[in-house]
Amino acid sequence: MVVQALAFYLFAAVVVASAMMVIAARNPVHSVLFLILAFFNSAGLFVLMGAEFLAMILVVVYVGAVAVLFLFVVMMLDVDVTQIKHGFLQYLPVGVLIGLILLIELAMVAGAWVAVPEAQSVAQIPFSPGGDVTNTQALGAVLYDRYVYLFQAAGLILLVAMIGAIVLTLRTREGVRKQSISDQISRRTEDSVEVKDVPSGGGV
Amino acid sequence: MEEFLTGYALPVGIILAQILAIVVPLLVAVAYLTYAERKVIGAIQLRQGPNVVGPFGLLQPLADGAKLFFKETILPSGANRVVFLLAPVLTFSLAMVAWAVIPVNEGWAIADINVGILFLFAISSLGVYGVIMAGWASNSKYPFLGALRSAAQMVSYEVSMGFVIITVLLCVGSLNLTDIVLAQETVWFAIPLLPMFVIFFISTLAETNRAPFDLPEGESELVAGYFVEYSAMSFALFFLGEYANMILMSAMTTILFLGGWLPPLDIAPLTWIPGPIWFALKVALVLFCFLWVRATFPRYRYDQLMRLGWKVFLPFTLIWVVLTAGVLVAFDWVPK
Amino acid sequence: MNELLAEYLPILIFIGLALGLAVVMVVASYLVARQRPDTEKVSSYECGFEAFDDARSKFDVRFYLVAILFIIFDLEVAFLFPWAVSLGEIGMFGFWSMMIFLGLLTIGFVYEWKKGALEWE
Repeated sequence: MVVQALAFYLFAAVVVASAMMVIAARNPVHSVLFLILAFFNSAGLFVLMGAEFLAMILVVVYVGAVAVLFLFVVMMLDVDVTQIKHGFLQYLPVGVLIGLILLIELAMVAGAWVAVPEAQSVAQIPFSPGGDVTNTQALGAVLYDRYVYLFQAAGLILLVAMIGAIVLTLRTREGVRKQSISDQISRRTEDSVEVKDVPSGGGV
Repeated sequence: MEEFLTGYALPVGIILAQILAIVVPLLVAVAYLTYAERKVIGAIQLRQGPNVVGPFGLLQPLADGAKLFFKETILPSGANRVVFLLAPVLTFSLAMVAWAVIPVNEGWAIADINVGILFLFAISSLGVYGVIMAGWASNSKYPFLGALRSAAQMVSYEVSMGFVIITVLLCVGSLNLTDIVLAQETVWFAIPLLPMFVIFFISTLAETNRAPFDLPEGESELVAGYFVEYSAMSFALFFLGEYANMILMSAMTTILFLGGWLPPLDIAPLTWIPGPIWFALKVALVLFCFLWVRATFPRYRYDQLMRLGWKVFLPFTLIWVVLTAGVLVAFDWVPK
Repeated sequence: MNELLAEYLPILIFIGLALGLAVVMVVASYLVARQRPDTEKVSSYECGFEAFDDARSKFDVRFYLVAILFIIFDLEVAFLFPWAVSLGEIGMFGFWSMMIFLGLLTIGFVYEWKKGALEWE
């Protein structure tokens, strides 16, 4: 139990600290790297709760895919920090206003929050669906039939995302010669070589 | 005090011993893989390979290691130092950590977790960071271009690797690596899923940036790709990480398709040989194919590489997932 | 300690040990070997001339597209994992439910193929 508690405080502290660094770091690439650290430690927290499948998926999807995209974007934008700082004062009032509204909303939510009396005891036990069933199987057993509509909605969202990404980013360049492998393979001797019978001394 | 000793110190000591029992042979294997590579390629090209240091050149890897250790660590002036040094450390650690879940024999994995294969998939998807961080932090053109290419290549082949893993899981019904091996007692998955086996092997070549997919390091255009600026031990860590990754990928192929520690046939003389030896032999066989491919094939062109990943492997593996699932459901062969 | 978490403790220790080993290797080499940096040695590598431009230039938007498509297919694979494991339990309905899901994504895949998003030149 002590090890578990120690691990929890280790992961939680790193998550909070690296989340702070995400917004505090001057270099955007460093921010993304701290974000990755935060994701990684959140995966550790998931494991502590017994949600091993979610922990691994968090690493595969968020760290392995989403953060790669973030890094690409940050590297591609070639962000100039001084230029961003330029308009800082101009936008400060708006930023502060939005921040204040969010803070008030959060306070209202937190104020109205009532914990179930038995929550304290439940929170201590790592989740396990019971018996021999691993939580991947437990998830699979409900995701594809009981929650079939939500599952299909997820599919639709992915489809929209795919099409959207192509519409937004795809630029076809003109005048680029591409390799057409089927043309290359289907080319035969008869199409490209012509045998001429040249009389001697006559020329073509 | 006694409670502390038996409750914490002892289990942790056992875990540390287990970890060392994996890491030390692994590092030796990595060292001799570099030697084997030079010998095998030498033999294919009718050369001797290393033969000066020690008998048959057997001490060559140690000499190389010592040389790299005593070199100067160069930190390029334009580089982002922390990230620059973090990249090789990360690459090396990831290649090591993945071995925590690999079962060398029944019950011999250090951490026999329920989601073993997902853990391996996650670790291999993190491999891309070492490359991107090295390329970006060097602040030099060749590493940057090499890193970009490498990142795009690694993510492209990761998708088809994911689908291949799914086809195997369909036949197993569990994410645990020990269960995956035990499901192959009757027949290795390399036989019923032969096309997937071939695709998985090719994808691992691309995932580890090996020839013929070694464009990120293409010396004829990018000098050495993302680790141009590295020297001494930070270079050595990249090198070790890359070769440890090759061994890891071979181990993954062995577990998924070649029946892990199981002997090829369940008959007397073959079952006398202990499981870990079978495992090592199969890994060595896959590694030999890595080297053989490197000595045989010319390098791919980048557009051909992307085409192979996205237009050939992706649709093919997707169809194979559907087909496998369809056959399993239709004949009611789905593992319960 | 919980049985499930007991399996993860070695991984945590392993991560610590591997990171430690790597750091020790780099630091030991740094301390043992002779360090004599000079401006030419630590300047970034070029083909003999001074670096004339910042290396971190803007690059082709295609790499960005590849990253997005990768996320989408990675999510698809993430959805397939629990399905592959529990196919025996959910039977025909689960099978067809996944077929519809894959069908949707195949539409997207055909679209990107036809649009030429997978072409590199």
